[in-house]
Amino acid sequence: MIRHEHFETNSIILLLGILVTVAIGGLVEIVPLFTIGETIEKVDGVRPLSPLELEGRNIYISEGCYNCHSQQIRPFRDEVERYGHYSLAAESIYEHPFQWGSKRTGPDLARVGGKYSNEWHVAHLMDPRAVVPESIMPSYAHLARQNLDGNDIAEHLKTLKIVGVPYTPDMIANALADLRAQATPDADVTGLQQRYPKAVAGDFDGDPSRITKMDALVAYLQSLGRMVDFTTYRPDLGDAQNSSGDQE
Amino acid sequence: MSTAVMSTHPNYNERVVRHFTLATIFWGVVGFLAGVYIALELAFPAFNLGLEWTSFGRLRPLHTSAVIFAFGGNALLGTSLYVVQRTCRARLFGGDGLAEFLFWGYQLFIVLAAVGYVTGVTQGEEYAEPEWYTDLWLTIVWVVYLLIFVGTLIKREEPHIYVANWFYLAFIVTIAMLHIMRNLAVPVSIFGAKSYSAFAGVQDAMLQWWYGHNAVGFFLTAGFLGIMYYFVPKQAERPIYSYRLSIVHFWSLSFIYIWAGPHHLHYTALPDWTQTLGMVFSVMLWMPSWGGMINGLMTLSGAWDKLRTDPILRFLVTAVGFYGMSTFEGPVMSIKAVNSLSHYTDWTIGHVHSGALGWVAFVTFGAVYHLVPKLWKREHLYSTRLVEWHYWISTFGIVLYIVSMWISGIMQGLMWRAYDAQGFLQYSFVETVAAMHPYYVVRAFGGILFLTGSLIMTYNLLRTIRGDVRAERRLGAAALAKA
Repeated sequence: MIRHEHFETNSIILLLGILVTVAIGGLVEIVPLFTIGETIEKVDGVRPLSPLELEGRNIYISEGCYNCHSQQIRPFRDEVERYGHYSLAAESIYEHPFQWGSKRTGPDLARVGGKYSNEWHVAHLMDPRAVVPESIMPSYAHLARQNLDGNDIAEHLKTLKIVGVPYTPDMIANALADLRAQATPDADVTGLQQRYPKAVAGDFDGDPSRITKMDALVAYLQSLGRMVDFTTYRPDLGDAQNSSGDQE
Repeated sequence: MSTAVMSTHPNYNERVVRHFTLATIFWGVVGFLAGVYIALELAFPAFNLGLEWTSFGRLRPLHTSAVIFAFGGNALLGTSLYVVQRTCRARLFGGDGLAEFLFWGYQLFIVLAAVGYVTGVTQGEEYAEPEWYTDLWLTIVWVVYLLIFVGTLIKREEPHIYVANWFYLAFIVTIAMLHIMRNLAVPVSIFGAKSYSAFAGVQDAMLQWWYGHNAVGFFLTAGFLGIMYYFVPKQAERPIYSYRLSIVHFWSLSFIYIWAGPHHLHYTALPDWTQTLGMVFSVMLWMPSWGGMINGLMTLSGAWDKLRTDPILRFLVTAVGFYGMSTFEGPVMSIKAVNSLSHYTDWTIGHVHSGALGWVAFVTFGAVYHLVPKLWKREHLYSTRLVEWHYWISTFGIVLYIVSMWISGIMQGLMWRAYDAQGFLQYSFVETVAAMHPYYVVRAFGGILFLTGSLIMTYNLLRTIRGDVRAERRLGAAALAKA
């Protein structure tokens, strides 16, 4: 029987006792997530973000969009009808950090890609209430004024490679060229789309003369939730043969 | 331990505690002001000003960090250094220079973090927003804090380590563990601010809420329970109700809290087994939490009458009451069926604020009112009536805040899942946003009241420090006399 007196009279024993006590829960809940294969579904189509999309994602983080927008659709009838197929773990395997969010002051964005036109996004980001009168979203007009400084994009890809995103040497070597190609109308995008399938290219912000932060953010938003082909996806779980996830 | 010996002990470092106390008051006002401002932004989006530096997305981390790490952190560091010296009858380990470094090092951390948020430098992880260089700096500061605290415990002249210090130590050690693990990241360049988290997707999510929920558990709970275990008995002039309950409270809280994180990820892509574990432990957590509440409240046995006459004690006890309420509400919200409604809504925001305003801020106000006359060697506070005003204005503000968030949260959750007779979703998303407006106005007003209370406190404490005493009759004294 351990006497509590040992803990109350010896600082180091108390410290070690605390450390052991608080370590257990985390070890049990976190470590298996790295080792149990079923944690992440096997699906096709999930790829690392293209350089322009990655720049857009960094702007999304920098502006704190996650404070009001989730990117995680729960398997409820209303959510699936409102936003699309419920989110899979596989869809965020390259997300350093994850951006699932915790609050929906605005709607979920996990599958916003392709739902609206580039023009809609730009108009909405410039002046949300001009498009949606009841909106309480701030204006992001400054993004259209600021040029995107993408010169260090290859360094970003290299860093992400270190933490486990499978950017190839080819992707890293072409990072800056891919970034420019994706945001320039009528550019040759065969290399880009070979490296990043389904990447949407063109002028995003309505100003083809330069590449702005607005271009990058809209390119990112247009990429959200479109990588997995849900017409062929079948959950391994026995509950459903369908692909709409109506577990409610 | 004999109070007489302790109060005549000449050799404590109170200078650094005075610094932390002033910083607590200052950052408290800053944090509440930031909160009021972003509440106004949600009620009236024109407050975003169309500028990148003042948009809600950048100011919300400023608010949360200012209240948690700046206001709460300074309160914890200051009170812990005060309590550890007095209950150990030992001057701080490491000398005055190290203590001074701790103070200024911590303020530098706050400023580095705040400048980052406003200019868009963030890791994008809630409550762990500061980038890698700020995290490294905090790590150094925190190691110094641990050294000072444990060093003082080791050189104590009391045979036993007092309960409050267990809680402070659990706070320091666990926050160190969480901080290091959550902030493992690789910077893009050592000359740039940007870094990428070492973890991704579902594992990153789990790590985040293991961190995030235990920032609540060990920063905002264990640390402030340290305050409760010292300042409630001091102010009530009664011993802690049950020593045995303190032991059970301490170890069960420390063990169970750490498991509760996954309740932030119910119905997400996190595996079900982890969600279930998180839910079960969250519900279990109700018991140690209420054990602690009972221990705090029952300390007033035989001294309940003081609640009528001593508004400082009333702050402390109301804080323990709010602690009990939010630690009941939390387990309820962690049940998956409830969470399916409450998650993503303002209900969570209201829950956090009943804890943050009702528990954390109130117990801090009580401690600061207790400390300032002692630290500046004043007989009395400048005005007890102003403490009464602070108490009632803030309490009213909290009630407005949490009631408006209950209504808006539950209402929005129900609107999202409402279907019309034809089987279509009844409301578009933006209709549910529009429905929130009146509650956002009420919430902002509640926040303004709470901020007003803190300004009254600031005035009262500054006059106290100057050595002024207001000639006044106690609020309600006439009515009491008649009765």
